[in-house]
Amino acid sequence: MRILTLIKRVPAPGARINVTDDEQSVNTANLGFTMSPHEECAVEGAVQLIEQHGGESTVLTLGPAEAEEQLRYAASIGINNAVLMDNGGEDWDPQRTAKAIGDAIEQLEAEDGPFDLILFGNESADSGGFQVGVRVAHRLDRPMVNGIKGIDVEGDVIVARREVDAGVEVYKMPKPAILGVKEGLNLPRYPTMKGRLASKKVEINAVPPVADAGGQVKVRLLRPVETVSNTVVLGTDESAAPAVVDLFEELGVL
Amino acid sequence: MSDFPTNAKVVVIGAGIVGNCLVGHLARLGWTDLVLVEKGPLPNPGGSTGHASNFIFPVDHNKEMALLGEQSANQYRDMELSVDSGGIEVARTQERMDELNRRMTSAKAWGIEAHLLTPAEVKELVPFINEDVIMGGFYCPTVSVVDSLETGTTMRKEAIEKAGCQVFANTEVLDLITEPSHVPGQTKIKAVVTDKGTIEADYVVIACGVWSNRVANMADAYIPLAPAVHQMADVGPMDILAETNNEIGYPIVRDMDTFCYERQSAGSMEVGSYGHRAILHHPDEIPSNEEAALSPTEMPFTPDDFDPQMETAIELMDMLGEAEIKYAINGLLSLTPDTMPCLGEIPEVRNLWSAAAVWVKEGPGMAQVVAEWMTYGYPRVIDVHGADIARFYEEEKTDQFIFSRADEHFIKTYGIVHPSEQWICERNLTVSPYFSRQEALDAYFFTARTWERPQWYGSNADLVERYGLSERANEWDNRWWSPITIGEHLNLRENCGMVDLSAFQVYELEGPGAVEFAEYLAVNKVDKPVGSSTYTPWLTPDGGFHSDLTMMRVAEDKIRIVTGVFDGGRDSFWVKKYLPEDGSVTFKDITMETTTLGLWGPNAPAVLAKICDHDLSQQGSPYGSLRNVEVAGIPCTLFRISYVGDTGWEIYTAWDNGPALWDALMEAGADQGLRPTGGGVYGTSGRLEKGYRLMGAELESEYNPLEAGLARPKVKAADFIGKEAYLAAREAGNEVSMCTLTVESHADSNGVDRYMQGGNEPILDLDGNRITDSHGRVSRVTTAGPGPSVGKFLLMAYLPNDKAVVGTDLQVMYMNELFPVKVAAIEGSVFDPEDTRLKG
Repeated sequence: MRILTLIKRVPAPGARINVTDDEQSVNTANLGFTMSPHEECAVEGAVQLIEQHGGESTVLTLGPAEAEEQLRYAASIGINNAVLMDNGGEDWDPQRTAKAIGDAIEQLEAEDGPFDLILFGNESADSGGFQVGVRVAHRLDRPMVNGIKGIDVEGDVIVARREVDAGVEVYKMPKPAILGVKEGLNLPRYPTMKGRLASKKVEINAVPPVADAGGQVKVRLLRPVETVSNTVVLGTDESAAPAVVDLFEELGVL
Repeated sequence: MSDFPTNAKVVVIGAGIVGNCLVGHLARLGWTDLVLVEKGPLPNPGGSTGHASNFIFPVDHNKEMALLGEQSANQYRDMELSVDSGGIEVARTQERMDELNRRMTSAKAWGIEAHLLTPAEVKELVPFINEDVIMGGFYCPTVSVVDSLETGTTMRKEAIEKAGCQVFANTEVLDLITEPSHVPGQTKIKAVVTDKGTIEADYVVIACGVWSNRVANMADAYIPLAPAVHQMADVGPMDILAETNNEIGYPIVRDMDTFCYERQSAGSMEVGSYGHRAILHHPDEIPSNEEAALSPTEMPFTPDDFDPQMETAIELMDMLGEAEIKYAINGLLSLTPDTMPCLGEIPEVRNLWSAAAVWVKEGPGMAQVVAEWMTYGYPRVIDVHGADIARFYEEEKTDQFIFSRADEHFIKTYGIVHPSEQWICERNLTVSPYFSRQEALDAYFFTARTWERPQWYGSNADLVERYGLSERANEWDNRWWSPITIGEHLNLRENCGMVDLSAFQVYELEGPGAVEFAEYLAVNKVDKPVGSSTYTPWLTPDGGFHSDLTMMRVAEDKIRIVTGVFDGGRDSFWVKKYLPEDGSVTFKDITMETTTLGLWGPNAPAVLAKICDHDLSQQGSPYGSLRNVEVAGIPCTLFRISYVGDTGWEIYTAWDNGPALWDALMEAGADQGLRPTGGGVYGTSGRLEKGYRLMGAELESEYNPLEAGLARPKVKAADFIGKEAYLAAREAGNEVSMCTLTVESHADSNGVDRYMQGGNEPILDLDGNRITDSHGRVSRVTTAGPGPSVGKFLLMAYLPNDKAVVGTDLQVMYMNELFPVKVAAIEGSVFDPEDTRLKG
């Protein structure tokens, strides 16, 4: 089977993200980059499905030229082909992104045949729009389910599961289908050294993105005010007891 | 916070391995009223300590680094926060095998157990190694792995318990406040401004690792270091490692020729690299704790830089290829422009100290050094002239200089560095007035700190033929060397030579208190008639050598100080440190106003007589005297002295007069065999034949004037620094003496003649045992070089009294082979021991 996974280059989590002075973009000076965590699971899922069922997998990203780093990371895990849609690092709205990606998928499928399964992350880790996967599915007129934490392939049927409050929903879809997957789908592997070295040999297929801007306009970026929680050490031995009592009284738990 | 202190005796900034150990050592030495502030959280504030690989290979060719590494390893052991894992440096090339033999020699010098292993023997210790790609290994069983964070915590607790040290984490230093000191151009530390409040302090120590220069800059001071990336990846798990059930069960492997190491960490392997391009960051580019995903000094990994290292690592250990890369960083550590740490009081600001550019492997020992320095006025554990922050000149403190030099030597971290290795970048920063003339004479320049000095002149190549000289057979021994230097030596002894001494650092003390102050600095009497000179040690308070230089009475109230370029920074700082507060003495650096040419050899008087009317006899220009004369119409000072063993003068004149003086002397000497002569003669062969000692080689704070053979028959009445200790040493008598040895055979096991380089090669008895004294000081080569006029290769070394007997047969180890040597002189000369040639 053929699987396409879509990823987005985003700042690595864990660091305070600073905004540039013009409030239009993220200050990347000290940042490392990664793909969104949901997408790491999508990549791992694609690799596992190919390992189980044979075929080949492709990873595609739309973003800056530097996103090659994330494509190669996916390749180091076991993805076979990589496609880079270099938009010069501009911040594209979801409509525009989906249009360009939809066109690119059509082009790739025209050349090498349809993808049986296309995997998106449920939402990106930076802008969190929840839109691109759905828009691409609509554009390609394929079934799509979000929030997926389990995938099986049974012949021509894709079986996908997602957790809901009452239990688990199971979807069965004909190929070709599209899924938005979430962390928890699997435990993504780390690349091996040999995988990393092999990934350097993977050819990056450049597909220039073409699409007009959509309706969503960015006004400015704001960094939320940090809430600082101060830890007060009340003491390290029995002499701290009165302070503990005072605190409990203050909290109304005594 | 109301309990934040407003004053303290000592504020230490930075709670990494160095700052923590420093407060611990200060507490052990009886200090109280200590405050430790740290920008980050504890116990891991986010500096280099937190991501260090924490292993110590104790063998280093450099004495300071080796002995402080060993000292540190023992402190970790004493705290039981250390495991001896053993370690192996493997070689993939013949050049590296030679280097491993050199390592064996240094191991012998420092008394560290070490063995050369065959590839099969390496495999026995490290079963997962691919022995086919290596030629051998250097195994050191006492390589240790330490817990630097826990050690820091332990030392900090000791300081809290012993000395009531107050510790403030998450406290950022915003500024350092200084006040004027009594020394022009120098300030004095007053207070540390933090985001929690301001602390007035008598002493402030910067132990801020990669941030140190930024913090020093707050006081308009400098700690010349560059934060540099060391890439590291943690790969695993691997069963064979996990099965050891141990943090470390296999020896650490250093794959020296690929500049990598493989160090087990429980079930994983840390693969670290010094083989990638130099990646340097300005301190301002380092993120804050909040802005860093991991920690400020664990910067985002740049995998492209690491890929070549992965390939070579997999070559060495195939299992690494299948293991997952779980964690990888661009870890920051500190590099200085000359590779050595930055320790001691910072020259720009009185009582502001540096304990920086120190890695985990030498942290506790160097913290002890700084604590002792603050306590006793100079460290006791070891001489640290190479790490003294005062060594730097202004030109060495620019970002341009620091970063260029760090960029050049990063790759040499695991490199093979020759003892005479020269820098490529940042050259020609300071050149003498004769530079263009020297270039025209095809001079080969060696760098001395920022100065360029001709080591030999290509224009003298004809002397090689005249004296029938040849290159050395072994490439290593011949590297950075030329037989021309022997030709220049022999010509000087036969005719005469002229040496550019412009790199001399020249200072003046002036004022009503100048002579009295000069006496306080010097062991020997300086208060002599105008026109006299004094060759003298300056001692540390403990009576060891701080300096060895010349002081001249140039006027009733003016003393000129002339010292070597490698010592100028330390010596000028020493003067400023003790300069009287009453204003009775002013200090002036006149180095760049003054130039000096040395003129020596049997024909020197005849050459000078052609262009100088002054009486040049021993009556008119006695040995050791200063005479103001005209040379070819140029006002000069003739200083009758010799560091090479033949008669002649150091001729001082104004910088701008230098070229005219050079031309006049060259012209006058044209028919007297005068040749421009390089540092190879002045600094090595000429002085070695006379047994003259050199500061930083023979002379260190661990030795006193008696041992160096520089004690005068009587001690002057005036007080001086180190006098009490010096008197006690005279009372006790010396246990070792400075000796000159001759190499009796140069042939190695392949029949190739080898020549020691003066890189701490150990002197051994005839049974091959190290020779040490009751202080543990080892007999080792302090200088090596040719003695062309005595037909022998010469070594200098301290020997215990029972061995310091002329004619005693001993051995020297060089490149892990033994060569016979014989004691030829005790505290004296092998050439013209009666000094008849000095009189001219």
